[in-house]
Amino acid sequence: MNITLRVWRQKGRDDEGRMVTYKLTDVSPDMSFLEMLDVLNEKLTLESEEPVAFDHDCREGICGACGVVIDGEAHGPERTTTCQLHMRSFNDGDTITVEPWRASAFPVVKDLVVDRGAFDRIIQAGGYVSAPTGTAPDAHANPIPKPDADRAFDAATCIGCGACVAACPNASSMLFTAAKVTHLGMLPQGQPERASRVVQMVNQQDAEDFGGCTNIGECAAVCPKGIPLDTISQLNQDLLGSLGKGIG
Amino acid sequence: MAVTGAILVLYLIAHMYGNLKVFSGQEAFDGYAHNLRVLGTPLLPEHGFLWLARLILLASVLIHIYAAVSLWLRARRARPASQRYQVTKRVHRTYSSYTMRWGGVLIALFTIFHILHLTVNVISPGGASDSPYERLVNGFQPEFWFVTLFYVAAVIAVGFHLRHGIWSGLATLGVNQANRQPKMNAVATGLSLILTVGFLLPPLAVTFGLVS
Amino acid sequence: MSENDLYIEGEPIRDEKAPEGPISERWDQRRFSAKLVNPANRRKLSVIIIGTGLAGASAAATMGEAGYNVTTFCYQDSPRRAHSIAAQGGINAAKNYRNDGDSIHRLFYDTVKGGDFRSRESNVYRLAQTSVEIIDQCVAQGVPFAREYGGLLDNRSFGGVQVSRTFYARGQTGQQLLIGAYQALERQIAAGSVQMHTRHEMLELIISGGKARGVIVRDMLTGEIETHFADAVVLATGGYGNVFYLSTNAMGSNVTATWRAHRKGAHFANPCYTQIHPTCIPVSGDYQSKLTLMSESLRNDGRIWVPKDKGDKRDPRQIPEDERDYYLERKYPAFGNLVPRDIASRAAKNVCDEGHGVGPSGLGVYLDFADATERMGREAVESKYGNLFDMYQRITGENPYEVPMRIYPAVHYTMGGLWVDYDLQSSIPGLFVTGEANFSDHGANRLGASALMQGLADGYFVLPNTINDYLADGPFEAMDESHPDAQEAKEQVTSRIDKLLSIQGSRTVDSFHKELGTIMWEYCGMERTEEGLRKAIELIRNLRSEFWRDVKVLGTNEELNQALEKAGRVVDFLELGELMCIDALHRRESCGGHFRAESQTEDGEALRHDDEFAYVAAWEFGGDDNKPVLHKENLEYEYVEMKQRSYK
Repeated sequence: MNITLRVWRQKGRDDEGRMVTYKLTDVSPDMSFLEMLDVLNEKLTLESEEPVAFDHDCREGICGACGVVIDGEAHGPERTTTCQLHMRSFNDGDTITVEPWRASAFPVVKDLVVDRGAFDRIIQAGGYVSAPTGTAPDAHANPIPKPDADRAFDAATCIGCGACVAACPNASSMLFTAAKVTHLGMLPQGQPERASRVVQMVNQQDAEDFGGCTNIGECAAVCPKGIPLDTISQLNQDLLGSLGKGIG
Repeated sequence: MAVTGAILVLYLIAHMYGNLKVFSGQEAFDGYAHNLRVLGTPLLPEHGFLWLARLILLASVLIHIYAAVSLWLRARRARPASQRYQVTKRVHRTYSSYTMRWGGVLIALFTIFHILHLTVNVISPGGASDSPYERLVNGFQPEFWFVTLFYVAAVIAVGFHLRHGIWSGLATLGVNQANRQPKMNAVATGLSLILTVGFLLPPLAVTFGLVS
Repeated sequence: MSENDLYIEGEPIRDEKAPEGPISERWDQRRFSAKLVNPANRRKLSVIIIGTGLAGASAAATMGEAGYNVTTFCYQDSPRRAHSIAAQGGINAAKNYRNDGDSIHRLFYDTVKGGDFRSRESNVYRLAQTSVEIIDQCVAQGVPFAREYGGLLDNRSFGGVQVSRTFYARGQTGQQLLIGAYQALERQIAAGSVQMHTRHEMLELIISGGKARGVIVRDMLTGEIETHFADAVVLATGGYGNVFYLSTNAMGSNVTATWRAHRKGAHFANPCYTQIHPTCIPVSGDYQSKLTLMSESLRNDGRIWVPKDKGDKRDPRQIPEDERDYYLERKYPAFGNLVPRDIASRAAKNVCDEGHGVGPSGLGVYLDFADATERMGREAVESKYGNLFDMYQRITGENPYEVPMRIYPAVHYTMGGLWVDYDLQSSIPGLFVTGEANFSDHGANRLGASALMQGLADGYFVLPNTINDYLADGPFEAMDESHPDAQEAKEQVTSRIDKLLSIQGSRTVDSFHKELGTIMWEYCGMERTEEGLRKAIELIRNLRSEFWRDVKVLGTNEELNQALEKAGRVVDFLELGELMCIDALHRRESCGGHFRAESQTEDGEALRHDDEFAYVAAWEFGGDDNKPVLHKENLEYEYVEMKQRSYK
């Protein structure tokens, strides 16, 4: 198939960017979207034009490194990561617009690459259980009801790709933070720090200049891992609980 | 946002109940309006309850607007105009969630007009009156179709605002759970529909001559 | 001492740190004999850790907690992206929660046997002992392992063992374990005990006074070449499977850190031991950039077969039962579809080579869930394997609930790596190596669900209890950037980058990498011959010189330049590939993941030669124009009797 690509090109963090159009022929429907970009880059290199920078690593949908907005949708038309999107989801002759994640908290570094360090700092603020190595009791000391374990797991599948922020009309990171709050809050191990965790993490996401959540739901709709929207309500519940305890 | 929104929703329900009294005739309608003024007496002075309610409502509206504006500003800071997407696509979001901000502005403007029109009666198409019933009937006469039209448009905007607002308020208050979502949606849609229709009926009834 | 056309044989070596005595007491003994560092002195001691996968993040978190001054680097934009995250199946631990006869000794035995008697007994025993603590640690961190309705942890049998000792978190065990370690690491970063540098790639090791004293890293955003010093350096940089270009590794996985250390004197052990994973999605075209593994837990319920007739192109559902060859069940009745990975992989290659392969390329076999669906019901299959099936469908566009999946082996893990002693210290004092980057515990073949176990054992429990023995003599002489040894290392990096950017030839970096991968897969893949390996060495040498003549890298150093990053990695793969072939050539036996066609039994099974090859081949870098030097570390087995593996 033949396609036309409109790709955001930006030299560096402080440079102006613009959309550049490229034509690609002989694209196989079995290629992944990133493999299609590889083909573009090989072509550009041979034409002595700098290849398009984009983040990617595992290419199996789990590391969370890749992610671009394709025709206005984070990760494109399928509910999966960009690396697991295949060209068979497009038609011969399509024009495809490729843009980086857009948020002040995720500044563009080059072309389609953004800096998502803000997510790490949200985790630093409290997204953990303080369990120094060697202090653990036997793994069976604390049975966990399966429904709780399953709910914790559903939330824990977050890969930190940032699609939720990219898709949110407010550029809010609420789903990301809520996923971690829910994951740890559902488990007995997460209880001692539950009240302070949510407050610290929410404060950090505000400090990072993410927008506020207005429960629109685009985040969960584009999440490649299907993090449920109700984790945000869980976060709000925990937050109300913490405020009630005078934390915050 | 959610708490003040909830207060305003409760108020709207009461307001609609009052409005619908119009179908019971002038006496019932005016009587209801009068009762509001003397509610709580002698424990409260005359108009005491009314002013208390107005104070709470005003505070709610102001806080609601303040919260909305700060959210709006935060969103603009989080993704400034220079960083907008060239192509955007709605994936899941409802139309009503789109209308929250400009819809909110429209509703605020309408509320001011509405108070000037039917409460203070400064704006009085069709003639001022001491009877709330007459103000209503006068204001929505067929020749003032544009008043009715504006009113209808505003009420529909309120409906949309409520559709997302109720859903969002419930979620913010921590009600949202996967298995409750159908119910939450039903509550949000149902309540906003009832309120929209409830508020549309009296003026339309006047305009189309069912109440005079 | 002897010399041939490819290498020089040097002095044998031995593991000086390995304690003596009964095997179950050796780890205790070593922990007792190792020097300790007073908690008050720890913050004066600095440690650099390269890589933030399971082995790196767990070590950084633990050593940060202990009070050392830790600096960590990763090439990704966040430590959470390290490729440990992609491990699907599970993690072994000798908990015996199933009361099915498991024990530390059995896990030890299975691992030594599974490794085809090419690993050290002491190390493997310690791994089995530590496995138990890992699960406790991870649960305490909030890792959401699969649980049963009673609230207790679930276990499954995995990859060729007969007890249920594998803990798992759906098909995403690696992710959950890594996130646990990552969170522990972020907690230390917040506490200020660990300094994290993301998007930094280590390009050179600094050695001074015979000790590893620091690293040269490149800031991948600005191109700045930075010098960092420490009292000890830990490499936790994973394996080198990407030398094959197509592998299940992440695109960025590379050998640069370990290869640069090797060039500075660290011995590289058993580079030819490569694990080829049997259940991957077959290659679909020449644009393919990586291969996707599907957890081999699929082999628990799926049945593997090919058509009996060569070149049978019928829809698999139309092929009647008696025209199918369930070749694993036929050849290995005791283990059937659950034989170890190396055996399953080679069996698939053999049936495809004979012309029974399926799919457009003929390089594939069926993995069929029809029987399982009938037996367990579609719902049970879905709950157990749903995410794997979805993944298969997304990649291939075929529905595995209806049509049997097609699978083919792919490079997955490298058992070889930098040589380390019992303390995980390489042959360079002060340079420690953990996880897949070292060679230590898996011998010639790794068992399923053991990589996660080893990475975390090394990082949480082993290294933090051994590195103190070395650090107790520190802090060492302070150094700064003007030190000649640091200057020299930096100069090596900048001149290499300048050279890469100045060639401006006609071929892209990827085209060289692909060509190298093809050579390696063809001649140093699942089956190796003397003739093929010699040819490969020739081809690699030519390719390397062509690379240095004709590679095209655009842009500058002073920016995010992904082509430049790749070029640097391919340089090192081009050198490693040759050493792998030399190692494979010198090991004239078949063992584990290394199969020499010249050494097989009458019915085509791998044939070891314990009398000649029961040793670790530790290679010393001889210089760019010199032959590598082979040091043998003899392997002795006191607790497990050496015998040919049999899964019949």
